[in-house]
Amino acid sequence: MYRYDEFDARFVRQRVSQFRNQVERRIEGELSEEEFRPLRLMNGLYLQLHAYMLRVAIPYGTLNSAQMRQLAAIAEKYDKGYGHFTTRQNIQYNWPKLSDVPDILDDLADVEMHAIQTSGNCIRNVTADHWAGVAADEVADPRPYAELIRQWSSLHPEFSFLPRKFKIAVTGAAADRAAIAFHDIGLRIKKNDAGETGFEILAGGGMGRTPLIAAPVRDWLPGEDLLAYLEAIMRVYNLHGRRDNKYKARIKILVRELGADEFTRQVEEEFARIDAPQVVPPEQELARISAYFAAPEYQDLPDDDPVHAKAIAEDAAFAAWASASVERHRVPGYAIVNISLKPVGGVPGDATAEQMRAVADLAEKYSLDEIRVTHEQNLVLPNVRKKDIHAVWQQLMEHALASANIGKATDIISCPGLDYCGLATARSIPIAQEISTRLGDDARQNEIGGLKIKISGCINACGHHHAGHIGILGLEKAGEEFYQVTLGGSGDENASIGEIIGPGFSGEEITDTVETIIDTYIGLRDDGETFLDAYRRIGPEPFKEAIYATH
Amino acid sequence: MPLIRNGDVIADSWVRHEDDAPLPADGDLILPLERLLHEGTQLAGRRGLTGVQLANTADVEEIESLLSCLALVTLEFPAFTDGRAYSQARQLRTKLGYSGELRATGNVLPDQAAFMRRVGFDSFEIACGQDIETWKNAPRAISLAYQRGYEGGAVTRYETNSACGASPAI
Repeated sequence: MYRYDEFDARFVRQRVSQFRNQVERRIEGELSEEEFRPLRLMNGLYLQLHAYMLRVAIPYGTLNSAQMRQLAAIAEKYDKGYGHFTTRQNIQYNWPKLSDVPDILDDLADVEMHAIQTSGNCIRNVTADHWAGVAADEVADPRPYAELIRQWSSLHPEFSFLPRKFKIAVTGAAADRAAIAFHDIGLRIKKNDAGETGFEILAGGGMGRTPLIAAPVRDWLPGEDLLAYLEAIMRVYNLHGRRDNKYKARIKILVRELGADEFTRQVEEEFARIDAPQVVPPEQELARISAYFAAPEYQDLPDDDPVHAKAIAEDAAFAAWASASVERHRVPGYAIVNISLKPVGGVPGDATAEQMRAVADLAEKYSLDEIRVTHEQNLVLPNVRKKDIHAVWQQLMEHALASANIGKATDIISCPGLDYCGLATARSIPIAQEISTRLGDDARQNEIGGLKIKISGCINACGHHHAGHIGILGLEKAGEEFYQVTLGGSGDENASIGEIIGPGFSGEEITDTVETIIDTYIGLRDDGETFLDAYRRIGPEPFKEAIYATH
Repeated sequence: MPLIRNGDVIADSWVRHEDDAPLPADGDLILPLERLLHEGTQLAGRRGLTGVQLANTADVEEIESLLSCLALVTLEFPAFTDGRAYSQARQLRTKLGYSGELRATGNVLPDQAAFMRRVGFDSFEIACGQDIETWKNAPRAISLAYQRGYEGGAVTRYETNSACGASPAI
């Protein structure tokens, strides 16, 4: 994992002290709320329905046990004893007091964390494949580049007042677990025939009220040009992105209005005139960062572990959980263990301080001190020896963290919705809870198979409903909540935007509707065919017939 | 309006010439872009310096051929959240090699002073009533920067092994 050097540590402390000064000026009335707003937003502090909300960056979703324990301590000391892991690999605290926020930031700095640029119209926390460095299908580890981008984008003098927020995601694998096609810039690391590292670059993807799949901008960019090329994209966007309408201000609208070819031409022209050696870090900087992500000291183990095999054979509950939660690691004898933060009927992504500490303890003891946060609002222990998996599972069970539902119908992504968020038009957490409760039976979930249900409480789409196999969007009309359903979305390497199936449903109807959609799929699927594959084969009609026939 | 340069409030010798009246023969004038492009060569006969006021929607390349005759370019922040002028400044300094005075106008606040310095602004026209001390202290808030190839005196990771840099004056 990356570790701060003296420079990074001082930088973050300076930012905390600058923000402390801004908070003091606000509390003393020197700054009005209107003047304070853009300043606090640059540091992840929102004013929500009931209280301030602080969003803390977890760069590319990577944590160690000390950091997770600190997140737990902050939840207890300054909040109500829990935190909410988000769809951008961040954590949110929903109840901090304004006067406490500078102290929280100092506590975060103690463990090399911050809240810089987790909101505002700037380059946000960079996200990456949550299995980076351990996935069996990886071409190259995206974390060194993600860290390079994190540093480069931090308090960028030119790109801190963009037309709108800006999100960059990086993957180093063929299977896209970082949803790069739905980002303002999506980066995929590739190797050429000479074994050199480079990038495929996408731009202009996004969700919100105008969901768009990112356009290809470059099929191959040499790795050393990355920051110069990002600078060119950012400059074209900063100068030409629309500022007249908040809803048309994202780069996706610029790319769409110019056309991908013209946008690319402008970027290439700008790139050609950037003096790359002046702006890109020296080669040794990437090497310095990469050294922190060198593979840990793995033991030399056989890939098949008899202890694990025996536990799978003898303990059906363990076997069921492992089948959903355990993934192949690139190193023999090790496994990736996913931890669901989606207990049946629970709040997606929430974790109590006690659960955070339990995960920290497990990471320290069994996962070479590493934890990952996924954009699907779950956690990962990326480095578990197969022989330890059973012990890990037993301890997860003690903390209500052993739901065997990763990738299944109750592994629902949901934004906070009207229970917390000032922008929401409808509740989303209670809908997620009701659907989860309805589909929560193990046999039922196994019958359904892999399914991604994603729920947003407003058009801004923080719950990624456009990329849900079943997407649910909560809206409001004449004081009544209603829920629009989309089908066939996907955030993976075959990205697609879900199609609106028809008129919306009331909060009372939506769970029945979801179940009808699922039953329709089960009735029509071929052997072994997933929901998404079946939908792509048969299209929306059978689903429309089933759900609207009953009305 | 107070003008800050090199950490001090200084007298502004420049006059904005915004109407269609004939240009005075003397004095340092700031012209709108249209007027500058229209006057062109006639400016050479004047005594006094020429500056241009660029809207933040203007393409800086429009003045590329005139830059050697210009002693001042003003760029505008209609609101401090509208950051187009940061990129215009950057393009003027790096792509076009402009080395004259670059002035920030409009909603210019001390919280953004360090960013403005780093993209190449060297003078700041601020609203009356702003606290000058806050302005003087602003660049000291964050003396470190990650981005390479930007100006403004911040210490970057790649240019020094020491994390302790002196703060620049605004």
